[in-house]
Amino acid sequence: MKPPWRLSRDMDGKSAKRPATLGRLAPPFLVLALLIGGWQLAASTGAIADALSLEPFLVPSPAEIATSLWEDRVLLAENAWVTLKVVLLGFFCAVAVGFVFAAALHLSEALRRAFYPLLVASQTIPIVVIAPILMIWFGFGIGPKLAIVALICFFPITVNTIDGLRSVDPEAVKMMRGLDASRSQIFCRLEAPTALPYFFSGAKVAVAVAVIAAVFGEWASSDSGAAAGLGDLIFEDLARLETARIFAATAVLSAIAIALFGLIAIAERRVVRWR
Amino acid sequence: MLRAGCLFDFPDLFSQVRGVRQDTTVIRTEAKEFGAASGSPAGAPRAGTAVEIRGLRHSYGELTTLAGVDLEVPHAGVLGLVGPSGCGKSTLLELVCGLREPSAGVLEVYGARDATSRLASCAFMPQRDVLLPWLSALDNAALAPRNRGARRRQARTEAAALFERFGLAGFERALPKELSGGMRQRVAFLRTLLSRKPVLALDEPFASLDAITRAEMQAWLASALDADPHTVVLVTHDVEEALYLADRVVVLSARPARVVDELAAPAPRAAGRDAAVTDPQFVALRERAMAALREGTR
Repeated sequence: MKPPWRLSRDMDGKSAKRPATLGRLAPPFLVLALLIGGWQLAASTGAIADALSLEPFLVPSPAEIATSLWEDRVLLAENAWVTLKVVLLGFFCAVAVGFVFAAALHLSEALRRAFYPLLVASQTIPIVVIAPILMIWFGFGIGPKLAIVALICFFPITVNTIDGLRSVDPEAVKMMRGLDASRSQIFCRLEAPTALPYFFSGAKVAVAVAVIAAVFGEWASSDSGAAAGLGDLIFEDLARLETARIFAATAVLSAIAIALFGLIAIAERRVVRWR
Repeated sequence: MLRAGCLFDFPDLFSQVRGVRQDTTVIRTEAKEFGAASGSPAGAPRAGTAVEIRGLRHSYGELTTLAGVDLEVPHAGVLGLVGPSGCGKSTLLELVCGLREPSAGVLEVYGARDATSRLASCAFMPQRDVLLPWLSALDNAALAPRNRGARRRQARTEAAALFERFGLAGFERALPKELSGGMRQRVAFLRTLLSRKPVLALDEPFASLDAITRAEMQAWLASALDADPHTVVLVTHDVEEALYLADRVVVLSARPARVVDELAAPAPRAAGRDAAVTDPQFVALRERAMAALREGTR
């Protein structure tokens, strides 16, 4: 006989409550198509440029952006790869540091009282100020860029994880103590798994802002190398008024952020199976 | 991959129906054997007094929860504690288990007074089942051996040996959300039992179950305890449950709690739950306990 918990998985995806894939994807694509269509119309007729009293070449149409995406694909891909490396490395640094920091602050009341205000303070520093200073101190390598991304990502991950660790059911702690669990066993077998969904929420927020942080880092470093990242490319193109390529680079950045967000959401569903 | 919670409604219902059927058919007969495999609890058997409480007081700051409680539970005795909601029954249980420290008075579990030794002798089963949702039923049941340092495979083997006798066969790999209320409670009880401690401290173990499942679980626990005697302190707000499961029932007053009445429970549990609770002597005792409860809340 088929055990019932197998049955539940077999039914996944065939429920009447879930609309067909086409039905779910249609609304966002329709909205996107309408927006792009409207923009194309307004830009190609010169309506936006007229309204803003600008030269028409400063207002690229979606078609021109698409052309730029295609023609500059090698340049964009090279720079996207540089940015992606900064984003990923910085993000993983933030995950490691954030989790350890959250665990330490959770396990020690004294540490929590001492460091929590500092944690909040770290987010009040304007990134546009700290980024150039880090460049001055640490030079123009990948290090300062990683530091900026990690600094930005660290906060949502740490705060969410601390909240998660604290959300443990006190009855479950009593249960574990009654079963002779040591402090570290309570942490590993009860508190850490409880905090996982919170950790993933923090990670999703972090990865979205990581891309913005990477752009700031690249802007501050204003590297003169061949491929210095999409942020660097955007700021160079700003000076050259290459507006179509600015939009193209921005689209690539968005795509990176959305893809990373999606990857984390998939990882979350795989890991947090009990929800 | 699990995506939407709503997809599990139907299978949940399915397992519930199956769980209840097993309650009525399999468990009553098989629970009797579970003692043989669960082995005798560590530290036991020791004759004489298991739990001794004299002049026990406890307060949370200004709030006095226990105002001088005296109790004694003999080895392998089953003590039922009943009292109005919020009277401090659960606090008393946590005190016995060494999860709290008393404000004054004597509290001994097999002669040990300090909290660590008390905790070492008492297996605490909290009010809700608090199964860990990310662990399978088997891994939840195997938590105690795991905490003692057993390897995963060894701990699982130890727990799996009892699954069939607890009416849980075939559900080893199921997650808690896929189990019915009665099954979850049995997993929680199995988890408590596998801590192999001489005293079982049960805090309203069946409060969250529906009436039918609760009656079945009471009958099941009664036969389980007959087969494998443990010292039990059972906290409940259900007078009938206490009288049916315990040998002695202590009625506590409203907060601050003191002992209002103490009754020796009548019928042998083995006679079957329906026969036991309709016995005239049982009914008379229930009325007396209810009267004591009413007096205690005045």
